[in-house]
Amino acid sequence: MAWLVKGARLLDPARGIDRTGDLLVDGGKIVRVGGEIRADGEPATIEAKGCVLAPAFVDMHVHLREPGREDAETIESGTRAAAAGGFGAIACMPNTDPPLDSQGAIRFVLERAEEAGPVQVLPIGCITAGRRGERLAEIGDLVRAGAAAISDDGSWVESPLLMRRALEYARMFDIPVVTHAEDKRLSAGGVMHEGEMSLHLGLRGIPAESEVVAIERDVRLAELAEGRLHVAHVSTAEGVAVVRRAKERGLAVTAETAPHYLALTDRCLAGYDTNRKVNPPLRTAADRDALRGAVADGVIDAIATDHAPHPLHEKEVEFDAAPFGVVGLETALAVLLTYLVRAGHLPLPRLVECLTSAPAKILGLDLPGLAEGADASLVLFDPEGSWVVDPSRFESLSRNTPFAGERLFGEIKALFLGPKRIVPRPKSGGGFLFPDEEAR
Amino acid sequence: MKLARKDLLGLEGAAREEIELILNTAGAFKEVLQRKIPKVPTLRGKTAVNLFFEASTRTRVSFELAEKRLSADSVSIAKAMSSAEKGETLLDTVRNLQAMKIDFLIVRHSAAGAPHFLASRLEAAVINAGDGAHEHPTQGLLDLFTVRERFGSFEGLRVVIVGDVLHSRVARSNVFGLRTVGARVTLCAPRTFLPKGIEALGVEVETDVDRAIEGADVVMVLRIQKERQDGCFLPTLREYAALFGINRKRADRLKPGCLIMHPGPINRGVEIEPEVADGPRSVILDQVTNGVAVRMAVIYLLSGGEVEHGVVG
Repeated sequence: MAWLVKGARLLDPARGIDRTGDLLVDGGKIVRVGGEIRADGEPATIEAKGCVLAPAFVDMHVHLREPGREDAETIESGTRAAAAGGFGAIACMPNTDPPLDSQGAIRFVLERAEEAGPVQVLPIGCITAGRRGERLAEIGDLVRAGAAAISDDGSWVESPLLMRRALEYARMFDIPVVTHAEDKRLSAGGVMHEGEMSLHLGLRGIPAESEVVAIERDVRLAELAEGRLHVAHVSTAEGVAVVRRAKERGLAVTAETAPHYLALTDRCLAGYDTNRKVNPPLRTAADRDALRGAVADGVIDAIATDHAPHPLHEKEVEFDAAPFGVVGLETALAVLLTYLVRAGHLPLPRLVECLTSAPAKILGLDLPGLAEGADASLVLFDPEGSWVVDPSRFESLSRNTPFAGERLFGEIKALFLGPKRIVPRPKSGGGFLFPDEEAR
Repeated sequence: MKLARKDLLGLEGAAREEIELILNTAGAFKEVLQRKIPKVPTLRGKTAVNLFFEASTRTRVSFELAEKRLSADSVSIAKAMSSAEKGETLLDTVRNLQAMKIDFLIVRHSAAGAPHFLASRLEAAVINAGDGAHEHPTQGLLDLFTVRERFGSFEGLRVVIVGDVLHSRVARSNVFGLRTVGARVTLCAPRTFLPKGIEALGVEVETDVDRAIEGADVVMVLRIQKERQDGCFLPTLREYAALFGINRKRADRLKPGCLIMHPGPINRGVEIEPEVADGPRSVILDQVTNGVAVRMAVIYLLSGGEVEHGVVG
């Protein structure tokens, strides 16, 4: 099957491409890029004036919940949600039940993804056996089975000696050690950012320092071990400052943040909405602004959703009792376009870079991009298409979004993945599940 | 004048007129309570449910009595007797209460925001009887009532709150209420019990209790929970008592007319010495009496009741 995308803004920052033109996909490969293309045969023509055609997005931080919590999400539903959000590849975190700390577990994820999902899944293995923080997992085995990185996400590796060894050991495989930077002894059962809002709401606070001291320590250990450290979900201005200093000193340190930290602040917790309860917590406007600046200037390399599905009944409880986390795959682009690009905080090419080549590079993933002869891995979106977030229309099994009812700008029109074209049902209403999906 | 709100969840954001309306109404009900038969038929046919997910004696009994004095039907449920013990969620509890068509829900819960959760899903009026470390608005109102009863107004009054401010819903409600009606508030506690940035609430902060209480008109003493000494908050209760406890020596130096208050229950010998708690400055039992009148006023006003010239209609 051949598709001719006509008149789109072709955007591939890694290749320096930003121009209006056509693009032809045939047999799962990009045949021609740019200019006005007149194709032989009868390719399906997609009028894409006003739309952006970019490499399919890469989300390096997703929770798929399978194995163990298939009521919250499965590999199938999570990958469908990813496709609906414009992602061609996602990395899934190992804090499942059982955790992904063995070859068998990594292989299970890869096999299920192969059977079930439209998008590529890159499993992340555990740093420590059982995520217990006591001894290293069999990292070599995990990598051989297909793990793209290691992380004990959800928990920080408290022992500095063990973290040092993890960073040293992982060097042999050239994979990043992804840290969930949170000293829980300092968080002390907190449920939101410690500050003026927690004072007003009477909720236990998590100080910014529980993140900052953890990043600071891990950066020191990465330097000692000469290892590759990736800091997950940075939420604080001071955390950004630590990453900035590490980079200035030439250390192999990278970082990500999530759309909700770039869009929201702790002020939006005034109504005790558990769909805004995340870990790390939503911080202050100063933190959010520092994160926006750090994404713009590259200190934060990538944006990842930290898609964390939880069933409705688990969130419909007292704030203290609700689990942390929000879903993010299906709203990421629109949130980022609405809160960052349209608001003038970030140019679109930099956003696309944060969602494509930057995470791909950290994960060691070969990103085909907009190059002739490359495998098709493309997303087409309308940056002006607006829609009201209706969680009942999500592909994800869970509905825990902080953006319910909000009008956002940015609609995914299609995803081209090899020989497949996936057209998510329009978020603005109507349609069916993946009506044009082919060769699933 | 009527109270234009469905629920009473906290004193933060409450208008001065609202607070004054409640205090004036409480004054009228306090008179009712002095009568030979201290009961009015005002809320006959209305139903109140007291849902106490945390242990409480005085607050629960105070609400129950307030409801009975207003002739409302009332049911009280403690956590140990409730389906929450069987794992029922708060949402299911609300759905069941909604199905039983109640008029008032008085709720105490260890989680901050739990009454807000219920209020947004329930047609009945919800009254917060204490949510975690957040607010305890009727306690704040009865404290205000007790202070006004003695001083006539709040203008120029200096109120010192001593104790575990960090974990205290009473302190928060009192700070919001007292600031709104025009009193000056000083918070005095060990640094570990003072939330960071508390000054933003418009209060003064002092860590030397002797300095704090000098010249105060009211000293409100907060309860110290014994488990706090294990939570890296305090070295020992003995040291707390020495540094912050309101003992007779300290009480003797208070200015004439200064009131000593405590929301109870008291840890005698820790935050307050028995002689002070039972001494001439103490209005601790007046607070308890006033609690019933204040809670009658809140329930009455939330039911849509009106007050004209201090007369309950």
